[in-house]
Amino acid sequence: MSIWARIAGWAALIFGLLYFFVPLGGLFEFSLKARRGVYSLDAYASVFADPQFQQTFGYSVIMALVTIVIGILIVVPTAYWVRLKMPWARPYVEFLTLMPLVIPAIVIVFGYIRLYNTSSWLPLTGSVMGTNILLAFGYTILALPYMYRAVDTGLRTIDVATLTEAAQSLGAGWATILGRVILPNVIPAVLSGAFLTFAIVIGEFTLAALLDRPAFGPYLQRVGANKAYEPFALSVIAFAITWGCLALIQLVSRFSKTAPRKA
Amino acid sequence: MSFLTLTSIQKSFGPVQVVKDFNMGIEKGEFVSFLGPSGCGKTTILRMIAGFETPSGGTIQIGGTSQENLKPNQRNIGMVFQAYALFPNMNVADNVAFGLKIAGKPKAEIDARVKEMLGLIKLDHLAERYPYQMSGGQQQRVALARALAPKPQVLLLDEPLSALDAKIRVSLREEIRMIQQQLGITTVFVTHDQEEALSISDRIVVMNAGRADQIGTPYEIYNRPSTRFVASFVGTLNLIEAKVVDPATNRITIGDQGITLREPLGAVRAGDTVSLALRPEAGSIAEGAKGDTALSGEVISSNFLGSVIRTRMKVGESVISFDMFNSPGLVPPAVGDVVTLRFTASDLLIIRE
Ligand SMILES: Nc1ncnc2c1ncn2[C@@H]1O[C@H](COP(=O)(O)OP(=O)(O)OP(=O)(O)O)[C@@H](O)[C@H]1O
Ligand SMILES: [Mg+2]
Repeated sequence: MSIWARIAGWAALIFGLLYFFVPLGGLFEFSLKARRGVYSLDAYASVFADPQFQQTFGYSVIMALVTIVIGILIVVPTAYWVRLKMPWARPYVEFLTLMPLVIPAIVIVFGYIRLYNTSSWLPLTGSVMGTNILLAFGYTILALPYMYRAVDTGLRTIDVATLTEAAQSLGAGWATILGRVILPNVIPAVLSGAFLTFAIVIGEFTLAALLDRPAFGPYLQRVGANKAYEPFALSVIAFAITWGCLALIQLVSRFSKTAPRKA
Repeated sequence: MSFLTLTSIQKSFGPVQVVKDFNMGIEKGEFVSFLGPSGCGKTTILRMIAGFETPSGGTIQIGGTSQENLKPNQRNIGMVFQAYALFPNMNVADNVAFGLKIAGKPKAEIDARVKEMLGLIKLDHLAERYPYQMSGGQQQRVALARALAPKPQVLLLDEPLSALDAKIRVSLREEIRMIQQQLGITTVFVTHDQEEALSISDRIVVMNAGRADQIGTPYEIYNRPSTRFVASFVGTLNLIEAKVVDPATNRITIGDQGITLREPLGAVRAGDTVSLALRPEAGSIAEGAKGDTALSGEVISSNFLGSVIRTRMKVGESVISFDMFNSPGLVPPAVGDVVTLRFTASDLLIIRE
């Protein structure tokens, strides 16, 4: 590589980093300016002290965990079964899981409200619990593309068919095979899907707002519309959460104990 | 009735019939090898015994019990795969303990049995290792221990040595055979390596296109192949075309050299062609070699193979190979020499399809 190409490469990289970090830096700097003349963490203190912050954040964390559990329960057995018994169906299932990327969340939520309103056959929106359930399933749909891909990639690293047969010949039934053989071997993949799901759910606005649940996304929006410095502090916090998730994904995939598959 | 009985087993995948009318009885404690070329249906039969495939026809019985309605996890059959298939998330001890845990054995019993099995495969010191920290040979031994731990009725091995290199292949096959005899477990071993099958089996099933061509002891299979396929698949064999001169006296000719066979020719007429088989090691060209029969021919090649020298000579239309043991004083025949191969007439086998 010539010296000029190398310089051009570095220049492009530096430009890219500036492009990302200058606005972020500005954001961060501004969030520290709540007190006139000096930098302070006042905006952060006010955010953390806000009971609404605590409530909505807590609510969203719980919803994220529920979503992750539902996602694992649906995706792991499905992806496993497709790989084991219906490999021909993989492209179709994959296409299906990509639909949430194509269909806007607003369409999904209006569909839900139409299907499950108080005068429908299953009036889920009629109660708080019902609406929470609906929201969790909505989140599961939104996270499906990421969860499915992560798990399917994880399954590719093990010899699903032979491991299944080995376990069967040792007397294991389906529940044991899934719980003790398949799931533990795709844990890193499942976790990376889970952290992505977490990041999505924490910031999600449309579903929560239209189903009128006290989630973190709508709260962010409300604060943004009504306060000066706090929204910027919140944005920084949201970034930190997302990056924390990404860092955790890196960590799990690096420290996973399973071996790289041999051909 | 035998311990493991396969009766009229058939298997079709769509329109293709992969196993055709397979019959066999395997005795308790017997070590049987399925030997045959790729695609002849060995794995398919093994998978039907294990319950992973359902026969299209026929019955499988183990210890007098029909296996028809039993799922793979209800059959109590140990299985060893070519790709080891150890559970990557478990260490050696947990892999071996897996079947025992599923069977709900008490912890003390599991620990004792795992210890015993690891002793059997001589890997006690690696109990804490994970599969990816071990060599292929070690992994396959663990797979064997894992399959044997729950005391299965039958042990099935599908080309367990194919992924290993030559040295380990030989030592591990002997180890497998020793463990099998020690435990007296009924075993079916699939291979396409004839030397492997010959060296460790009580009986061999030579398979050809979904059928058993011949079932017999290694000795019978090697020395008395009953079909042309078996003769050519097992060992190196000269197939010689001969002309019948007189069926009554078993007189034939190879090229223009007359020979009297021991074995009765059966229902053939003078002028018919018959196929004869002769092992390369059956004869000798040494001065004063024993034998009531001789064939002379011109040497067309002579290859040094280490412990033996394999020479090919032309007799009439046939090419006959023969082996000589290498020794320091030996002068191998040169191309173009005319040599005389002496052997016993009973070494010439008549191959009836
Ligand atoms: N699930 C399946 N669907 C369709 N055809 C199959 C299936 N399994 C095996 N076959 C076919 O059945 C035939 C026998 O296969 P099998 O695996 O029993 O051969 P094998 O004797 O074990 O060969 P190898 O030595 O290569 O392992 C092959 O032609 C194979 O293509
Ligand atoms: Mg096979």
